[in-house]
Amino acid sequence: MNKLTFKALVTGAAITLGTSAMAAECIAPANPGGGWDFTCRQIGKILFDIGEVDSPVQVTNMAGAGGGLAFSHVVTERSSDADLIIAASSATTTRLAQNAYGGATADQVRFVGAIGADPGVIVVAADSPFQTLNDLVDAVLADPSSVAFAGGSAVGGFDHLKPLQILKAAGLEDITQVKYIGVDGGADAITQTIGGFTQAMTGDMSEIVGFVQSGDVRVLAVLTEERVPGFEDIPTAIEQGYDVVAVNWRGLYVPLDISDEEFQVWADRLAAVAASDAWQQAMMDNGLAPFTKVGGDFQSWIDGVVASTEELSREIGVIQ
Amino acid sequence: MELFDNLALGFSIAFSPYTLFLAILGCFIGTIVGALPGLGPANGVAIMIPITFSLQLDAVAALVLLTSIYYGAMYGGRISSILLNIPGDEPALMTTLDGYPMAKNGRAADALVISGVASFVGALLATIGLMLLAPLLSRVAYEFGPGEYFALYLLAFATLGGISSNNQAKAALASCIGLMIAMIGLDPNSGLPRMTGGNLHLYDGIDFLVAIVGLFAVSEIFFFIESHGKSSAVGVKVGKVRVPWADIWDTRWTMLRSSFVGFFAGVLPGAGASLGSFMTYMMEKSIAGEKGGFGTGVPKGVAAPEAGNNAAAGGALVPMLTLGVPGSGTTAVLLAVLVTLNITPGPTLFTERPDVVWGLIASLLIANVVLLIMNVPMVKIFVRVLQVPPAILLPGVTMISFVGIYSLTGSYFDLLLVVAFGVLGYLLRKLDIPTVPVILGILLGHQMEKQLRDAMVLSDGSAWGLIYTRPSDTTDLSVIALCLLIAAVLGFFAPIFLRKVLTKPQAVSD
Repeated sequence: MNKLTFKALVTGAAITLGTSAMAAECIAPANPGGGWDFTCRQIGKILFDIGEVDSPVQVTNMAGAGGGLAFSHVVTERSSDADLIIAASSATTTRLAQNAYGGATADQVRFVGAIGADPGVIVVAADSPFQTLNDLVDAVLADPSSVAFAGGSAVGGFDHLKPLQILKAAGLEDITQVKYIGVDGGADAITQTIGGFTQAMTGDMSEIVGFVQSGDVRVLAVLTEERVPGFEDIPTAIEQGYDVVAVNWRGLYVPLDISDEEFQVWADRLAAVAASDAWQQAMMDNGLAPFTKVGGDFQSWIDGVVASTEELSREIGVIQ
Repeated sequence: MELFDNLALGFSIAFSPYTLFLAILGCFIGTIVGALPGLGPANGVAIMIPITFSLQLDAVAALVLLTSIYYGAMYGGRISSILLNIPGDEPALMTTLDGYPMAKNGRAADALVISGVASFVGALLATIGLMLLAPLLSRVAYEFGPGEYFALYLLAFATLGGISSNNQAKAALASCIGLMIAMIGLDPNSGLPRMTGGNLHLYDGIDFLVAIVGLFAVSEIFFFIESHGKSSAVGVKVGKVRVPWADIWDTRWTMLRSSFVGFFAGVLPGAGASLGSFMTYMMEKSIAGEKGGFGTGVPKGVAAPEAGNNAAAGGALVPMLTLGVPGSGTTAVLLAVLVTLNITPGPTLFTERPDVVWGLIASLLIANVVLLIMNVPMVKIFVRVLQVPPAILLPGVTMISFVGIYSLTGSYFDLLLVVAFGVLGYLLRKLDIPTVPVILGILLGHQMEKQLRDAMVLSDGSAWGLIYTRPSDTTDLSVIALCLLIAAVLGFFAPIFLRKVLTKPQAVSD
């Protein structure tokens, strides 16, 4: 009871005072509660818990323009701040490749690493005639207007690019014919698909777990290199003949003008977080699959992703 | 019975002194956040999230705190609507229409008590609905595709004329201004910026809280300056505080009907609390007819939107818990919290995590009772606010709203927008154009456009896609969409052709 009273008092104090200033800072470019916020809070907490930083990492939420406000803030005002990390994911690079950050480009910051990923999936309703990814792809190839996809991102967003990559691999020439509606999040996309308004849903593994367990949907493919631990009966797209890997990675970028040593410090810290038990647990709890790329490796991988996203976006006409 | 077993489980979790403390704290903070113009329930919950994390509250405790803030804010929003004619948050918009005239007539305390009781009834019925029907109702969301949602929004806009005091054309003009403002930001179907002038601050569109504070609070300041502080609308008489039992009894059917409609508006993802309070107000206005005197300060005009929006708040939890689909901005934030706490809402939540679901339901019931107890005696304190001279009260409220707006994005740009909306509001009110439809346009315009364009994509650009559930199958007519569309057309044209038959209730303009 005493402990509870103490906690209650702290609640009151925390509400009135807020948090005080600390050394390292992590900017989550969105409101509290989202994926970027999770990245900052988890990584920040683990960094302190395993002793990589001396004082708790302060998390700042800077929502706006889908991460664009935080990006321009870092580029223009904090470009040499070595104590600053910023949460990022596939959405960050997709938007950068599509010039959705008001002229900012991916080379204005340094991508330091990713330490987990949400695998992409293609899902149909349980009563759908499509049994395998091949059935679905064949139907689209025969008549592109017969299949509509629903996903949790806008046209040109990451969820839209997933089926386009598959269909392109299958040999569809004009990918602009593919019907796609972007709704408000993955669960909404599933609702539309179960309701029969769209024929397939494209999204992330974490968004569909509940619906798979309840038997409302069938997963046609997961877009990873290997089958995902815990979901061994879901085949990959690669197994079914489409060489497509699309995962929503969770990671960090840092300002451009910090020294190579400072960059390496963050890369090492991130690698330490990835190896920690606490992070393994956090990944399991949130439906993330292991996906660790840090330092120079990650930067060159990002460059490749940005280039291919740019090409695909140009083909569907999202950018000129 | 299984239901009582579940409830007992829920109460055994929720009835610890610590959880109760959190519920009371949440209700209190929520009421204040709701009452402050510029801060809505979504902001209230979002602001509290970092605190729940840093305290390392467990799932149930965090949910109790956050949902009691949610319910508290839904109660609190009415206070500034009634006392100051400035909606505390967007669902409380409709409460200004009759609540403020009531306050002007010296019945501020009555309006607060009636709306408090209406909020209680709405929230209580919605919580019971959530308890009994959630797994069943989750199927309703499967029946609503883009075409159906578009028809629903169209119905809302088609009946907008009735909101205006005496000129439907002006109401239509005002809603068009709102719809135009809603166009600013990223194009929902391509993600490309529209009408932003390259300004990153405009990429997310214009927040309706910015519009509310500008159109209501700042424009009031301009009027106040213009009249040298003499004829402010804020200085109203304060009557004796008592519980108006007769009025509460008279509005019983209004409360029940509104709770029912509001709950269903909440259950539909993409409709939400604002649409709930709007539809219940319009429904009660047409039921009451000419003699009802809606807009002149009648108890029913206060009870309907408040029961409606609180019921919708409860209803919005249904799709969030059973499908993981947030039905409103606030449930979107709550959803994110659940996911972070390692609870995945979805079809299996009710069977897999009964402790979370029933703990939540029990704490909602507790929060609701706490809020009723808190709100009715506290009416006296709130009414005192009116005795503060307008010269102090108005700038104070505006200052607090500015702080609230600044906390949304931490950018001065929104403050400039607030002032711009203040100028717009001043001009509109000089021209006797109602400002409520402008807000509704901003609030609903984005979704309405998106649903229309999605329906067009699915039907390959054919307008028939609006009434066919599955555009590829032309035999599968969507009855829901068709009925809503017919209602919308009737709602728009009937007042034009039946002008002589239907004499509109006369209302005071703001």
